[in-house]
Amino acid sequence: MFLIKVTRLNQHEFSIFRGCRCTVSVSNIENLSELIKTKLAGMQISLSVEFDHLVLTINKKDHQVIFSALKNDQDLGFNYLVSITAIDWLDKKDLRFEVVYHLMNLKTLYRLRVKVAVPEEDPTIDTVLPHWAAADYLESETWDMYGINFRGNPDVRRMLMYPEFEGHPLRKDYPVQGKQPRVPMRYPEVRNTALDMIRSPLVQITNKKKLESRA
Amino acid sequence: MVKKAPLLNEDFGIGGVTTRVRPHAMGDDLHTDTMVLNLGPAHPATHGTARVSAEISGEKIINADVEVGYLHRGFEKMCETVDYNQVIPYTDRLNYVSPLINNVGWALTVEKLLGVEVPKRCQYIRVVMSEISRVCDHLTCLGASAMELGAFSAFLYLVQAREYLWDLIEEVTGARLTISYTRVGGVKEDLPKDFDEKMKAAFAGVRKHLLACDGLLSRNRIFMDRMCDVAIVTRDEAISYGLAGPIARASGIDYDVRKAFPYSSYQDFEFEVPLGTKGDNYDRFYVRMVEVEQSLRICEQAMAKIPQGPISIRDPHIVLEPKEEVYKSIDGMINHFELVIKGVQPPAGEVYMLVEGGNGELGFFLVSDGTGKPYKVHVRAPSYIHMGIMKKMLIGNSIADVVPIFGMINMIGGECDR
Repeated sequence: MFLIKVTRLNQHEFSIFRGCRCTVSVSNIENLSELIKTKLAGMQISLSVEFDHLVLTINKKDHQVIFSALKNDQDLGFNYLVSITAIDWLDKKDLRFEVVYHLMNLKTLYRLRVKVAVPEEDPTIDTVLPHWAAADYLESETWDMYGINFRGNPDVRRMLMYPEFEGHPLRKDYPVQGKQPRVPMRYPEVRNTALDMIRSPLVQITNKKKLESRA
Repeated sequence: MVKKAPLLNEDFGIGGVTTRVRPHAMGDDLHTDTMVLNLGPAHPATHGTARVSAEISGEKIINADVEVGYLHRGFEKMCETVDYNQVIPYTDRLNYVSPLINNVGWALTVEKLLGVEVPKRCQYIRVVMSEISRVCDHLTCLGASAMELGAFSAFLYLVQAREYLWDLIEEVTGARLTISYTRVGGVKEDLPKDFDEKMKAAFAGVRKHLLACDGLLSRNRIFMDRMCDVAIVTRDEAISYGLAGPIARASGIDYDVRKAFPYSSYQDFEFEVPLGTKGDNYDRFYVRMVEVEQSLRICEQAMAKIPQGPISIRDPHIVLEPKEEVYKSIDGMINHFELVIKGVQPPAGEVYMLVEGGNGELGFFLVSDGTGKPYKVHVRAPSYIHMGIMKKMLIGNSIADVVPIFGMINMIGGECDR
């Protein structure tokens, strides 16, 4: 067709790739599972497969070591952060929150879900911002929605809610139809210039016939 | 955690654009001060509500702050209160330019949790509808971006092309924008009988208008001057910022969910994935142009070899019984009531399913506790993650480039803010 031209203007070339690269298969997950077992030997980890997805559960204290290994190890090489979120298990008081990371290796297309449990009293975890720049927005969202603190991230803020919002809406103890207090005027010293505009007086619509008769 | 104020938030003002002169440290008489320019959230060019506070020195942006979340309506919280089929209308409102892909993504997520696979005909219908939706998404993005750079006629051509496809979608689903076409375990209705001919006629119109726009824009000197070498994103940056979809492919990342993790029979079709070499705005524009043609190709292949058969699985615990059964047999009626009252009851577990959305990898992370309602839903929204790199793309460019950069990111408010 007209659009498929491999070379366009001098400075703009397009490459086109075809064919499937790799699909998720049982052997793929087994390979990755073996690889992680050898690379993270000596750590307290547990691996499981849930719905064709490898799940790695780690302890909070090993967080930094394991994530730096997952990112920087040549064979693992998880260079792509897919998402960060959390799960609120309201019943588990000691480890109420579970922070969930989805990682991917763009070269081998390995996919991994990493889960870290954090307690309710101190929901703090180290940031993964040094490894993936995408973590900035994702950690902000997780803090906004679940109140998980990310130690070391300098710019965690309310992304989806407004700054004055109280509480964290995706926590299970936040009511579905919760009411928030009213926000006081943010900048009362800023004068509303719209009020200063001089209104032009309303135009009186007079009767057309009257006008004509006057004339 | 200490609530940290946004970088430039003290310049919040009333009205459209607020400026404030910041005294320069040197204090000399020359005008060397920087200025803060506030764009949005209701700026006509930000189709979607996002706010950019740009610190500018002359025409050049030296620092920027991007704020999203003006359209947040609690999609994930709402999903926890309704059953699995009732989530589908909410997914329409995620990326409302390509709602069918969201519908398909959600249906596939729940089906993965249930461990069922829909019949081949249903998979093909989902592919066709997803690809038509993707074309609509790309056409809207291209048209809006062209309009913002002054090419209004290109916008009209592309919107007319989209109109052909919306008519087609209306023919199949009964709605134009918020479609809710899929169900867990199938689709709502089969394709109409003369769909193939109508699709061919619509595609001819799309191709005609796209060819016109290719001629109008792709080698247009003015357009290229504005787009080429603006906001270059290198491959490493794109990977680090988690970009996906056309934006990532413009930077040379050969990652397409349809190729890498084929779902819904995408492995049956032959199509090519265009890759850019530079990662500038022009590449992002042109990758979308090429992808439109590839999507049309997929649709034609799917319609050429679509098999006959049922359009949903026959499991009374997942899919509603046909109406004849409900009215004529007692079993059918009981099953109907059971399903309507209790909803689909998948097993407990956690599942992540990904599809290629209009903007990139659209992922649904679903946690089920075995009841009829989801325990937790998380959407990996590509628009939200793409907004993370916008600050970096803005810095160093001029004010006039804000709008094309924002247009090429193609942030969709409904998906970004959920």
